[in-house]
Amino acid sequence: MASLKTLLARPWIWSFVGALLVWLATIAFTGGYGAGGMVTAALSLAVFTVIVGVGQMFVITLGPGNVDLSLPANIGLASAVAMKVMGGSDAMIVVGLLAALACGAAIGAINYLLIWALRIPPIIATLSASFIIQSVDISYGRGLQIKPPPGFADFTNWQVLGIPVLAILTVLFTIGAAIALQRMIYGRSVLAIGQNIRAAWLAGVNVGRIRFLTYTLSGALGGIDGALLAGYFRGANVDIGNEYLLASIAVVVIGGTSVAGGKANVPGVWGAALFLVLLLTMLNTFGVSAGVRLLLTGLIIVGVITAAGGEKTVR
Amino acid sequence: MADADVIRLNGAEKHFGAANVEVVRLDGAEKYFGAVRALAGVDFHVVSGECVGLVGHNGAGKSTLMHMVAGTLTPDAGTIGVHGNAEAHYSVSRAQQLGIRCVFQELSLCPNLSVAENTRINHAALSGFGWRRRAADLISAKLDEIFPDHGISAWDIVGDLSIGRRQMVEVARAFTVTRDRLDLVILDEPTSSLDAHTAGQLLAFVRRFVAGGGSCILISHVLGEVLRNADRIVVMRDGKVVASDAAGAFDRDRLVTVMGGTEARERTAAQAAAAKPGASPLRVRARPAGQADGKDLVACAGEIIGLAGLAGHGQTDLLLRIFDAAARAKAGIEVTAPVALVAGDRQSDGIFPQWSIAQNIGIRSLARLRNGLLISPRREAELATLWQKKIGIRTPDMDNNIFSLSGGNQQKALFARALGSDAEIVLMDDPMRGVDIGTKLEVYDLVREEAAKGRTFLWYTTETEELDNCDHIYVFKNGRIVANLTRDELTEEKIIQSSFGDAA
Amino acid sequence: MSAPIDNGFKGSAARNAAARARLLRGLLPALSLALVLAAIAWLNPRAISYFGFSLMLNLAIPIALATIAQMFVIAGNELDLSIGTFVGFVGCVTATWLKDAPLIGVAILAGSIGIYALLGALIHLRNLPSIVVTLGMSFVWQGLAILVLPKPGGKAPDWLLAIMSFKPPLIPFPIIAALLIAAVVHFGLMRTSYGAILRGSGGNPAALRRAGWSLLKTKIVLFALAGLFGVLSGMALIGITTSADANIGNGYTLLAIAGVILGGGEFVGGRVSPIGAVIGALTLALAASPLLTFMHIPPDWQVAANGAILIIVLAARVLISRRER
Repeated sequence: MASLKTLLARPWIWSFVGALLVWLATIAFTGGYGAGGMVTAALSLAVFTVIVGVGQMFVITLGPGNVDLSLPANIGLASAVAMKVMGGSDAMIVVGLLAALACGAAIGAINYLLIWALRIPPIIATLSASFIIQSVDISYGRGLQIKPPPGFADFTNWQVLGIPVLAILTVLFTIGAAIALQRMIYGRSVLAIGQNIRAAWLAGVNVGRIRFLTYTLSGALGGIDGALLAGYFRGANVDIGNEYLLASIAVVVIGGTSVAGGKANVPGVWGAALFLVLLLTMLNTFGVSAGVRLLLTGLIIVGVITAAGGEKTVR
Repeated sequence: MADADVIRLNGAEKHFGAANVEVVRLDGAEKYFGAVRALAGVDFHVVSGECVGLVGHNGAGKSTLMHMVAGTLTPDAGTIGVHGNAEAHYSVSRAQQLGIRCVFQELSLCPNLSVAENTRINHAALSGFGWRRRAADLISAKLDEIFPDHGISAWDIVGDLSIGRRQMVEVARAFTVTRDRLDLVILDEPTSSLDAHTAGQLLAFVRRFVAGGGSCILISHVLGEVLRNADRIVVMRDGKVVASDAAGAFDRDRLVTVMGGTEARERTAAQAAAAKPGASPLRVRARPAGQADGKDLVACAGEIIGLAGLAGHGQTDLLLRIFDAAARAKAGIEVTAPVALVAGDRQSDGIFPQWSIAQNIGIRSLARLRNGLLISPRREAELATLWQKKIGIRTPDMDNNIFSLSGGNQQKALFARALGSDAEIVLMDDPMRGVDIGTKLEVYDLVREEAAKGRTFLWYTTETEELDNCDHIYVFKNGRIVANLTRDELTEEKIIQSSFGDAA
Repeated sequence: MSAPIDNGFKGSAARNAAARARLLRGLLPALSLALVLAAIAWLNPRAISYFGFSLMLNLAIPIALATIAQMFVIAGNELDLSIGTFVGFVGCVTATWLKDAPLIGVAILAGSIGIYALLGALIHLRNLPSIVVTLGMSFVWQGLAILVLPKPGGKAPDWLLAIMSFKPPLIPFPIIAALLIAAVVHFGLMRTSYGAILRGSGGNPAALRRAGWSLLKTKIVLFALAGLFGVLSGMALIGITTSADANIGNGYTLLAIAGVILGGGEFVGGRVSPIGAVIGALTLALAASPLLTFMHIPPDWQVAANGAILIIVLAARVLISRRER
């Protein structure tokens, strides 16, 4: 059948092909040594990018100008909130996770409130919000050296047959996100708004509510991500989310989601996250310096977007 | 060959002793947009020292023809000649060099720049030391000349000016001269945003400009303006020139007759009216925002209500307000059933370009297509197939991208979106713009069929013959309802009379 | 889409109101700066002195230059997410090559401006989203910065140190520099004939193309100017800090965007103001640390002050625009 052909026609396949090639290049270099461990490590790290990447994907899919720049600050604050609520006690893990979720969702809701009330571009709204969140975090988290409860730290590092449990859960979550995107009213509405916000309104889509939900969702995912990161790295930290601003946008774009809006791709987020993590691993294995690593990462992002070409933005 | 045509001319050169030279001439110009023929072999010319009035209904092909003269569109067939020389590679910049300027309906000013800076954009010569002063002097002098007491400063930011003043700047800028020559200015509805006083100033200037040997093409829906100011009037209909004669040979009635066509149209919908129940429940009661005399638009179940008048006179606004009022209450508008809208401007208001035909149809009915929480692909396909059959969308596969369809079939998909939904009220925003006649006839039948089942249609159209399908017609002018006709009272002349009525 | 039947004379009142609102909006940046200054004066009168300003506004010069760079990009309806790491890269080159091998240093910096110009061309020709391209470039510049200067260090060229520590009589150097930057860019962008074209390319690109101007050229020029001012910003920064660090400019990306918006610029429509942008940068520089230190607000909340000021100014702008209608 032409199934291979249809598979190759899907844009997200290329990020997986890239990830595979990078992985093969690395184990060729090491002579096969550490091939499995590398996959495990890549999966564990990719999880955190995927979670915020999915949130960012929904936001970016809303159309030109929509982006959530408050994710790093959000992650930082939520990680502190989660650790404080858990207070090192295994009994409070679920409560702590819920607190992080609520904290993130509140930040997302405030983001949309600013966009809506001040009628300012999302970039500047989420940016101003992130300044304030950052300060709240610094002030709140000062001297807060709380470790995660042992049970939580173990959970975030738990592996079954070399596969991180968190990665399995995240795969389930992304499957859910993919279904929501294609088969639920919410996802269809996001796609419609991203293609043409006026046409979406005239087709009966509740534009305001969908945008509100999307920013809240992105915030909530940032919150959860913060809690999980604090568990995985055994401690909350103001800077814990810093790299996820660029990473969340990069995985969305490399994964085949259109920056012009209206076209999203969930599997691509996974592929791109694995690709970026494995690329880093490869460059580390090759003994490349941090500078070259960043340089290549940047050139690849520019190369991918140039090759993909800009779609004509719809209006 | 050019000389022969000049001799055939009449009217224009009566004002001048000297022989007039042809400025621009099109022969056999044709233009297609997809399957729609916008221009069907038009011969058109302008000589120097002549003001040509160009009139016709919306969609008659006036704008297309003018875009060709200005170089923004190239004809699919036919030739263009300027100053007697054939132009093989005609373009906007070539037109500018040859002294042809155009004031388009959509403004081409930069709202973030001042009046003087906007003048500079059209004149490469305005640069170097003191350019701002020179640009300001140039545009101020022209504004003073055309619109004395205009009250516009060259340093005003265009975005701060009212629409009327912007139009004055745009017109004045077209008449400024630095390096390139200026022979012909096309004025497309130049007075649409001007009050009577300034419009009079502009037309008086046009007369002076023409008397000085320049040429103008004047497009206007205000027939009196054209009759009073043009030397020669060209009437277009259905992409053809149907009359061209000295202005004196026309009067208002003759123009209206020529524009609208005199042949009797068959009343296809007449028999459908009889079946209507006498008193059906009220569906919509709406009053335009600017309506001071208390006139309402009223629509009941099973009625097809026409919104007529010239394009952009408040019909779309009212439809959008009704659409909005269905979601949340609005003062002055009563809506008692779910509403769907069929967009006329498909690209900006209707189509989702990334999606298949089926998805484009299903978006309005997502809640009904669900099976539990999820949208059922089967139900979505069923809905699409049902309407593919019912409305005749010509495609091998409803899962193909929406753009695989021709324009007319895309429009059918938008009809399917609205008619396939739970909406009892369907708003139609001039949806037949640029659609071929076959599709039109199919859709007309469907609309009448659906109305007979109790649906209400509010139908804004710029094509008068479509109003034959309506039970009741409201004619709009300047955002207000100016006439309220039943089907029996409906004649084309009546609509044209009410919508062209010159403001006193 | 309604037919606006506008009476030319009735319109004049509305126009005056619009012009007044625009004036008010234009004064907003200056007003917020005055407010911040007043607060500082009230909290610590001694700060309002030659020495106080020299100290408080020290870092304002590189921020103002980076803001101007961002402003050029925004004038063309694009956004540069890489200006911060670019400033860092320039800083690293300044503290190493420019000092040790001035010719090569100058060549590198000129080349980096060329890359900016190329980016402008690429974005226009391939119709790429500038956010993504510059996002990728931010990695590139950071990587190059680390390659040039793996560990914090290096030293600014002496001539640069001399310029940046210049102590003119009466008026502190940062204020003179800010005035100079504002005046030069204001003249270039707001007063020259090509400046009008550059701004027009953000206001109504279609009209500009119809009038025969090349949008490719305007985009290249705007990006090259952004590169130029990015270079100046990085050099000024190193002239103040004397040594460099690959991460030194990272915060500038967001500060520069905030500065442009605070200064009355808008993301689309070519509405930018060089003077406003410089004032916005000064406000941010002052509000960030000196003001809050005097208010005895812990340094933790300094970033929040930037965010709060942005939100307050934008809210004020919305109120003014509401009154406009």
